[in-house]
Amino acid sequence: MIPAAFDYTRAGSAEEAVSLLSQHGDEAKLLAGGHSLLPLMKLRLATPALLVDVGRLGELSYVRDEGDHIAIGALTRHHDLVHSDLLRQQVPILSHTAGLVGDPQVRHRGTIGGSLAHGDPASDLPAVVLALGGTLVARGPRGERTIPATEFFRGFLETALAPDELLTEIRVPKAGGGWSYQKFNRRAFDWAIVGVAAVADGGGRAAVSLVNMGPTPLRATAVEEALAGGASVAEAASHAADGLDPPSDLNASPEYRRHLATVLVRRALEEAGTR
Amino acid sequence: MSATQAPAAGTVGSRLTRLEDPALLTGEGRYVDDLAVPGALHLAVLRSPYAHARIRSVDTSAALSQPGVVAAFSGADLQQEWASPMPCAWPVTPDMKNPPHYPLAVDTACYVGDGVAAVVAETAEQAQDALASITVDYEELPAVVDLEDAASDRVLVHESLGTNTSYVWELNPDPEAVERAFAGAAHTVSERYVQQRLIPSAMETRGVCVVPQPYGGEYTLYSATQIPHILKIMAGLTTGIPESKVRVVAPEVGGGFGSKLNVYAEELLCLALARRLRRPVRWREERTENAQATIQGRGQVQRIELAADSEGKLMAVRVKLLADMGAYLQLVTPGIPLLGGFLYHGVYHTPAYSFSCQSVFTTKTPTDAYRGAGRPEATYAIERAMDALARKVGVDPAEIRRRNFIPTESFPYGSTPGLVFDSGNYPAALDKALQLVGYEELRAEQARRRSAGETKHLGIGISSYVEMCGLAPSRVLASLNYSAGGWEAATVRILPTSKVQVVTGTSPHGQGHVTSWSMIVADKLGISPEDVEVIHGDTASSPHGMDTYGSRSLSVGGTAVYLATERVLDKAKRIAAHQLEAAEEDLEFSGGAFSVRGSPERSMPLATVAFEAFTAHNLPEGTEPTLEASVTWDPPNFTFPFGTHVAVVEVEEETGRIELVKYVAVDDCGNQVNPLLVEGQVHGGIAQGVAQALWEEAVYDKDGNLLSATLADYLVPAASELPSYVTDSTVTPSPTNPMGVKGVGEAGTIASTPAVMNAVVDALSPLGVTDLDMPASPMRVWEAISRARQGRN
Amino acid sequence: MTVNGKTYEHEVEPRLLLVYYLREVLGLTGTNVGCDTTSCGACTVLLNGESVKSCTVLAVQADGADITTIEGLAGPDGKLHPIQEAFREHHALQCGYCTPGMVMAVTSLLRENPHPSEDQVRFGLEGNLCRCTGYHNIVKAVLAAAAAGAGSAPIGAGTAGAVPTGGAVAGGGAR
Ligand SMILES: Cc1cc2nc3c(=O)[nH]c(=O)nc-3n(C[C@H](O)[C@H](O)[C@H](O)COP(=O)(O)OP(=O)(O)OC[C@H]3O[C@@H](n4cnc5c(N)ncnc54)[C@H](O)[C@@H]3O)c2cc1C
Ligand code: FES
Ligand code: FES
Repeated sequence: MIPAAFDYTRAGSAEEAVSLLSQHGDEAKLLAGGHSLLPLMKLRLATPALLVDVGRLGELSYVRDEGDHIAIGALTRHHDLVHSDLLRQQVPILSHTAGLVGDPQVRHRGTIGGSLAHGDPASDLPAVVLALGGTLVARGPRGERTIPATEFFRGFLETALAPDELLTEIRVPKAGGGWSYQKFNRRAFDWAIVGVAAVADGGGRAAVSLVNMGPTPLRATAVEEALAGGASVAEAASHAADGLDPPSDLNASPEYRRHLATVLVRRALEEAGTR
Repeated sequence: MSATQAPAAGTVGSRLTRLEDPALLTGEGRYVDDLAVPGALHLAVLRSPYAHARIRSVDTSAALSQPGVVAAFSGADLQQEWASPMPCAWPVTPDMKNPPHYPLAVDTACYVGDGVAAVVAETAEQAQDALASITVDYEELPAVVDLEDAASDRVLVHESLGTNTSYVWELNPDPEAVERAFAGAAHTVSERYVQQRLIPSAMETRGVCVVPQPYGGEYTLYSATQIPHILKIMAGLTTGIPESKVRVVAPEVGGGFGSKLNVYAEELLCLALARRLRRPVRWREERTENAQATIQGRGQVQRIELAADSEGKLMAVRVKLLADMGAYLQLVTPGIPLLGGFLYHGVYHTPAYSFSCQSVFTTKTPTDAYRGAGRPEATYAIERAMDALARKVGVDPAEIRRRNFIPTESFPYGSTPGLVFDSGNYPAALDKALQLVGYEELRAEQARRRSAGETKHLGIGISSYVEMCGLAPSRVLASLNYSAGGWEAATVRILPTSKVQVVTGTSPHGQGHVTSWSMIVADKLGISPEDVEVIHGDTASSPHGMDTYGSRSLSVGGTAVYLATERVLDKAKRIAAHQLEAAEEDLEFSGGAFSVRGSPERSMPLATVAFEAFTAHNLPEGTEPTLEASVTWDPPNFTFPFGTHVAVVEVEEETGRIELVKYVAVDDCGNQVNPLLVEGQVHGGIAQGVAQALWEEAVYDKDGNLLSATLADYLVPAASELPSYVTDSTVTPSPTNPMGVKGVGEAGTIASTPAVMNAVVDALSPLGVTDLDMPASPMRVWEAISRARQGRN
Repeated sequence: MTVNGKTYEHEVEPRLLLVYYLREVLGLTGTNVGCDTTSCGACTVLLNGESVKSCTVLAVQADGADITTIEGLAGPDGKLHPIQEAFREHHALQCGYCTPGMVMAVTSLLRENPHPSEDQVRFGLEGNLCRCTGYHNIVKAVLAAAAAGAGSAPIGAGTAGAVPTGGAVAGGGAR
């Protein structure tokens, strides 16, 4: 499959990327690892007129200890998240989950920023950042702003980013306590049919988020509230799909997804509680 | 272990590593799309987005003004190119309905992916871009997706036929015996199984390149095909180009599994357009096109009934199939269900037998041969039904099989449907497989889990199989109305420098014929396999052949090579005897030289004989120069490989997830030329068969759209989904051919699907689940468990 | 870009995929294409020493990069790389179509994790589909190659791809 024709330019810096975006408006798209965008372009489901390649912005590829939180450059590849000692120690759920994304070749190219900016509800990392209560840093023509992960995902493949904004950094609190990521799929390299991220606070509460249970990655608020109200793990997990309208596809009906969500939330909470 | 158990390196029976590999491992292998052809135009095909639609008009004019576009055609524009419609070589009944099928649809598109227009441009990108500027005015017609719905003729796929039924074929030697058996049976089983459609998914998609010599009038058709020889004939017949002007080359071919055993629209389009435009024309298939426009496999609804006595001994098997032909009949589409039609009693002695098959058209991609072709379907049905019978009778699945096996002493065994099984020892393979898997321990562990109420259920599934392969005796094919023979040709030449050239009519695409044929020849001639050159896949250098499919290559083509080598050796002996001034009867051949029995100093190496045959200075009276012999071998019977596979699964009750934890295969393909290659065939076959049980399905929606048209949605498993396999064999030589060999290319696929499904059902039966369709996806398993639970409450 | 130790310069259309640049512009047809959804791995090459699917990388994205294809793996004297050798020894290929991509994926895997377990091999190759072998012999070959030290064997003339920096931490993910 061959993408439709487009123009290509490589941004030498974050500023340049932003100014190219604001010059070209809707016509332009950022290209990071290309592992969400190029597959769509090959199937001609996306036909941008201009690609602004930010894939080589080394300045945006890092994992840093910022005291109370860890800062991750948006262009850090999944592979680098897996192998970052800092992340493995301070935010093991993110490092672990990055190792479950696609396959090794995908992880050698795909970036955390691209994963978040693409806003796919079936993606793994957005749900993890959501459960961690992360914050996203975006740079636009009017400067930098921060967006809480809880306000970032707006709809199917739709985020709070403006077309002329570049996601530069993801900030996640250190999370050395209990955690779990449950990914359910039929082949190891496939997207999650349902996924669950759980981050325990050590006091019986946990933040829980869901993959592929709606148009965006979601916080399982009913589960979190039940836990906060002192419910048992099993009782809390039974609320996993409350109020949700999960999608239907070849692998799962909405009913099956609801069922999986309750099973996986329970497993996630059990695992998070014991590690 | 005795010394005779390890054959000397390179000889028949040894584990010689493949001669093909260095080229393939370094990127030197040349597949069709790797061929550099200067000036070639690129074909792109516009395909119907509707399963069923009348084509009111096709407007290609806008495409013609796109950059690089050389020509664009509708189906109607090309009608004059065809001397006849696309071929179906297997009219199974005299009244079989076969709608005319052209490379591009003319007035009606009958499946999503049916070609409706073609563009030829200077580059592949330009051809693909230009497809968007073709306008087709469609009138949508209702789709026919479900087989039972198709059989009702509610909507006709081809109006002119007046019915959706292509044919009804019956094999019912003694109907009354069947009735009597069912009337007198102590136990009966009646099961309905669905063979979902599969997409063969060879890793190399199809590709074609036709190079014309417009003045010389000749065409070279390069194609990723399993059947260069058959394609040559058919390409000539459909385009009207004399067969003598068409050369077909199958270069390196990246897997076929039956999907490249066909004559395809794009092969004919490239040929006709090369003729029309007087330039080379090439085409490379996209993966989505491969899913939609290359044949699919399976696609049956099966009803199988068993009658048994109180001990569970079979009295009769009765089978009714509804088979999905898809929109058109491709090369051997109608014959596929029949290839299983004789085998629904499996490895079990069955006194009464009845089989019938109704084949219907649907508005879906045509079906045709996919690895095993008819036999996996038969084996699946009988093996699952035998487990159902074991549950009824209340005996272990291994025991029900033992009670019914065709007795070892009865081979050659004349089966009730009319075949003669060449040789077999079914209990030996079963025993070995059970021992390797640790059957008793597994049953004990299963019992433990059950009594402890664990929710990770253990299931053990047995599949004992026999298949008929090595297509075949031409006479038998004639009785099935197949329009070709089942022979194979080989030529063996000893060259002046004593190197050997083998020309074979088989057309390998991964099987390793170069290695095996070299071993057969080298073994006989006392030379090294590296000194043998094997020529295949080019009708210019290998003019006769019936190609590669149906696990036929070794038992038919390899036998031809074997016999041709013997014949060359006979001639060499005649020359050697003449020059050594000895009687032929007094010569013996060993270590690559002839010598006179009793006086070893009077000897002549084969190399010398080869040179003498070349110079022809001193040949016996009436002997022609050169050492060469050709043999065309038509076997007296099929071969009947068999074995037992055992699958062990764990099923998670909560989610329905299945894990294949252990897999044991014991296969008997007679004598083995190269066990390394035999194992490879078995491994690959297992993976494909397991994939049918657990992952793969061509899913159509009610409008006839293929929803699983990519490798992201059609779940071909990766290494991460499969375990290592335990493989072993028993050896029961076939009396059908001099080497005592049987086919092994399809055995793994045939055996493994029911082994896995029997294991899954075995795991779930305590929960009340005995009815489960493939693929056993987590959702499907979860739903079955939920249904069973509701049924109980 | 540098491909198998040789430097090339071409003006190309931005939409040209790396795999077609290799195949059609450079004539390196060993790298194959098996799908249009980045699923099969037949197109796997090394980009700066790490496996990538060249059907999902634009040639322009690889500008200046160091690429190794199957053609660049064996030694200049034609001696097979230990991974290629192991594939042959263990009959880890049949039709050979997945093989170039598979071998390159293995090369990357063993450089990151020179001594993987069977499970790590199976999951490390999850991005590469093979329809012929059922993977049994591929896994066997990889384990044998690892035991023979293939993870640190030089590539081709030894010029291509530095050992990736992530290599300090063993394992392809935390499975
Ligand atoms: C075969 C395959 C399997 C996969 N499996 C999984 C899986 O199991 N789980 C999973 O989570 N993901 C999976 N992915 C997706 C993969 O993780 C992608 O890499 C990721 O989703 C996108 O990252 P990228 O850097 O490649 O983004 P790109 O494709 O380059 O970009 C994606 C989108 O985000 C925008 N974008 C990128 N970077 C920025 C930025 N810094 N600021 C603003 N906008 C930006 C782009 O304009 C584009 O619209 C898979 C991909 C493939 C090809
Ligand atoms: S061609 Fe299939 S992944 Fe690249
Ligand atoms: S060897 Fe044929 S696809 Fe792997």
